[in-house]
Amino acid sequence: MSVMVRSKINGDDIEFVCQPDETLLDALRDRAGLTGVKEGCGTGDCGACSIMLDGALVCSCLVLGAEAEGRSIETVEGMANGDQLHPLQQQFLQHAALQCGICTPGFLIAAKALLDKNPDPSEEQVRYALAGNLCRCTGYDKIVRAVLAAAKQMRKA
Amino acid sequence: MGKDTAFKEREFSAVGTRPLRPDGIDKVTGRARYGADFNMPGQLHGCILRSPHAHASIKNIDTSKAEKLKGVKAVVTRKDFKAKDVDPSLLTVLDNCMAGKTAFYDGHAVAAVAAIDARTAKKALQLIKVEYKVLKHVTDVDEAVKPKAPLINKKCFTKGVDPVPAKASNIAAVSEFGHGDVEQGFSEADIIIERNYKTGQAHQGYIEPHACVASYSPDGSADMWVCTQGHFDFRAQCAGILGMDASKLRVTSSEIGGGFGGKTHLWIEPVTLALSRKANRPVKLVMTRDEVFRASGPASATSIDIKMGVTKDGTITAAHAELRYASGAYEGGWAKLGAMTAFACYDLKNVKTIGYEVLVNRPKTAAYRAPSAPMAAFAVESMMDELAEQVGIKPIDFRLKHVAKEGTRSSYGPVYGPIGIGPTLEAAKNHPHMKAKLKANQSRGMACGFWFNFGGQSCSDLNIEPDGSATITVGTIDVGGARASLALVVAEELGIPYQQVKAVIADTGSLGHNDMTHGSRGTFASSLSAIDSCRQAIQELCKRAAILWDIDPEDIAWEKGEAHAIGKSKGNLPPLSLVNLAQSAEKTGGPISGHSQIVADGAGVSFATHICDVEVDQETGQTKIARYTVIQDAGKAVHPTYVEGQFQGGAAQGIGWALNEEYIYGEDGRLQNPGFLDYRIPVCSDLPMIDTQILEIPNPNHPYGVRGVGETSIVPPLAAVGNAVSAAIGVRMTQVPMSPPRILAALDAAESQ
Ligand code: FES
Ligand code: FES
Repeated sequence: MSVMVRSKINGDDIEFVCQPDETLLDALRDRAGLTGVKEGCGTGDCGACSIMLDGALVCSCLVLGAEAEGRSIETVEGMANGDQLHPLQQQFLQHAALQCGICTPGFLIAAKALLDKNPDPSEEQVRYALAGNLCRCTGYDKIVRAVLAAAKQMRKA
Repeated sequence: MGKDTAFKEREFSAVGTRPLRPDGIDKVTGRARYGADFNMPGQLHGCILRSPHAHASIKNIDTSKAEKLKGVKAVVTRKDFKAKDVDPSLLTVLDNCMAGKTAFYDGHAVAAVAAIDARTAKKALQLIKVEYKVLKHVTDVDEAVKPKAPLINKKCFTKGVDPVPAKASNIAAVSEFGHGDVEQGFSEADIIIERNYKTGQAHQGYIEPHACVASYSPDGSADMWVCTQGHFDFRAQCAGILGMDASKLRVTSSEIGGGFGGKTHLWIEPVTLALSRKANRPVKLVMTRDEVFRASGPASATSIDIKMGVTKDGTITAAHAELRYASGAYEGGWAKLGAMTAFACYDLKNVKTIGYEVLVNRPKTAAYRAPSAPMAAFAVESMMDELAEQVGIKPIDFRLKHVAKEGTRSSYGPVYGPIGIGPTLEAAKNHPHMKAKLKANQSRGMACGFWFNFGGQSCSDLNIEPDGSATITVGTIDVGGARASLALVVAEELGIPYQQVKAVIADTGSLGHNDMTHGSRGTFASSLSAIDSCRQAIQELCKRAAILWDIDPEDIAWEKGEAHAIGKSKGNLPPLSLVNLAQSAEKTGGPISGHSQIVADGAGVSFATHICDVEVDQETGQTKIARYTVIQDAGKAVHPTYVEGQFQGGAAQGIGWALNEEYIYGEDGRLQNPGFLDYRIPVCSDLPMIDTQILEIPNPNHPYGVRGVGETSIVPPLAAVGNAVSAAIGVRMTQVPMSPPRILAALDAAESQ
């Protein structure tokens, strides 16, 4: 028995149908076509599936699709404003904070969640805020620098 | 290859700069399509049933109930791979992808299902009844070589020993390297140390699980979309396993979410193709993380005996190593690589290494970044520190005293050309990190590392577009920035801006064979081929200019993206730009392109030295990396930012291996930690910034001096961290990972002595 879900995704009213036991991650990818949300583990350990759900950072693999009913979701696909990349996206490019890039959508969302709350984080705060996101390529150095640079850029704006 | 690939000193304009990568925007906006992001109309969901036993013979598989379940379109077992179809050289590859009579490890595939959706496919897996007879298993590499160990393969008679043993064992092959007379060397030593070192089994830990979509058509042709480090090899092997002509299978590589060697081997791909063939529908199959750990290929677990002798004045007289590398249930060549790399940093008079390929009931070992070198380096570099201490010489000076140079005969055979180990050591000695004072609770370690680097077959097309831009098409997968590097190389050769070059990875139907991206060959071999293609195109461009000008092509030179008349006509004719030539191409002979096919020889060997500061909490056994520096020879850094990224990423993986990562097996031979929660890779808060220093000692066999850079950085960290931790706790650590319980145990043992 499928369920019909209505939610706001990246500002748009979207309806999708999913199974009651289907994760929000699968629903976003397979039903709503948002494949920018990645699956690295399916068990809440890698952060590749990070999204904002009603303003809170969550692993979409740990949420059911049905739970999105009436709620608002932000994914990496909604970060840029038209052709204007979000400062985090710009700085990730500038700093080469991605190698393979599979972790990037999750990091961008998690970093945005951090900067929304704390516009001037220390390196240590960035490292702890991003500790739920795994990256196997970069050793995190360039990711941390990119987030600090984006924070600075956003404070100036 | 008969082409001029010799290094020539030059001023670079594009190479060595740091532009944004061309595939970047897609990757920060979620548009890039990775393995699991591709779908086909009418596609089915594929799932694999896996053995819960470490070692069991498969008596019977009853798939009838699963086949009858509504929505199930195909069930596949080993029976669906007809023995007569399979290329004999690929039998063990198939056997690992789909078990035959025996399941050799926890996670070994025994059957697969394709159904209309995930739920149905999973339900069908539960309906498959497999009758197993559980056999005795062995997962530990040292246990497996004991005479009474359960035998994994009755037909395994050790290769590489003379005479061939009469009795089967778990030692699949033996290999030996070295020179001089080690016995003589030991007799000259004042101090001899012997030690056993162990390293745990680490997984590459790429964040993207294996994924593929296969579509087999009734006419016998097929398409595959897959995340891979080598789509041409995947094509050849899948076709060889399914009894297809390789030309009938077209493989397109997706963006790849990390591989580090793990995506150079087949795991799910032939199975997906077989499901599609049986169901007559496209099938998509994506591994879960649990499957990635249990059933893809981690690096070998090892046990290594080192014996070294030194005189009182600090001269090494002999070095000997016996290296046992577990390869899973199938023969590998991993111990051989360990035996080759172990002492490669040093100039030794008497050296001998023996590698043993050991079969165990674990997943089939796969390549992992500089495969086999980190473990051997852990053993040797730990021993180097101990010897240095014994003779009262600083670890860095002790290494410098024995460092390999141009002309040194390496421990694995060849004589070195110009190499970078000495310079990396000198740079380390002078590095501010090495000179910095340690805080009260900190200790420092260092270690060196070596990797060969590979070349191999490459093929590329360079097309001059009508607007005067250029497209370089290669068939070697971009695993982390290669398109940016190739575009830089093309911009350099053609003398045009980087922004006017587009780099594309072709599918297997669009270009000749290219070897996979492994052995750090990507940028070395692809750039060599790209340079060759550019030079062909430039010749053609000069010919076209000659037609337009009606002069001899010999009187034309290509400079800064323009054809210039030289000789008699010099000064009379204004230069012709790439745009001019592209736009007049129709009149001068049609589209302008260059094409190259090469076997890239002469990849330059690569060396690194790492420095590491740690703080060890003696109460909890927890180690914190306080500071870390990577110094490595890149030959020439084409895109320095991505070279730094390779250095940092490799170091982080090595640190994880040194401190936490390891496969843990239970008594039952089942993997206890097949997930990121219990197989813990470093997270952001575990690491400091990772400082890098790029040295550029040109590879004489590349026009720009490029060497591979991707792998060497994972080689030194195990020992660099190990040496730092040993210094911190005052006890020599001989086993990685140096997890908190191991450190506490080492402290306890030292105390009770
Ligand atoms: S996929 Fe959700 S945390 Fe890994
Ligand atoms: S860039 Fe590959 S996992 Fe982060």
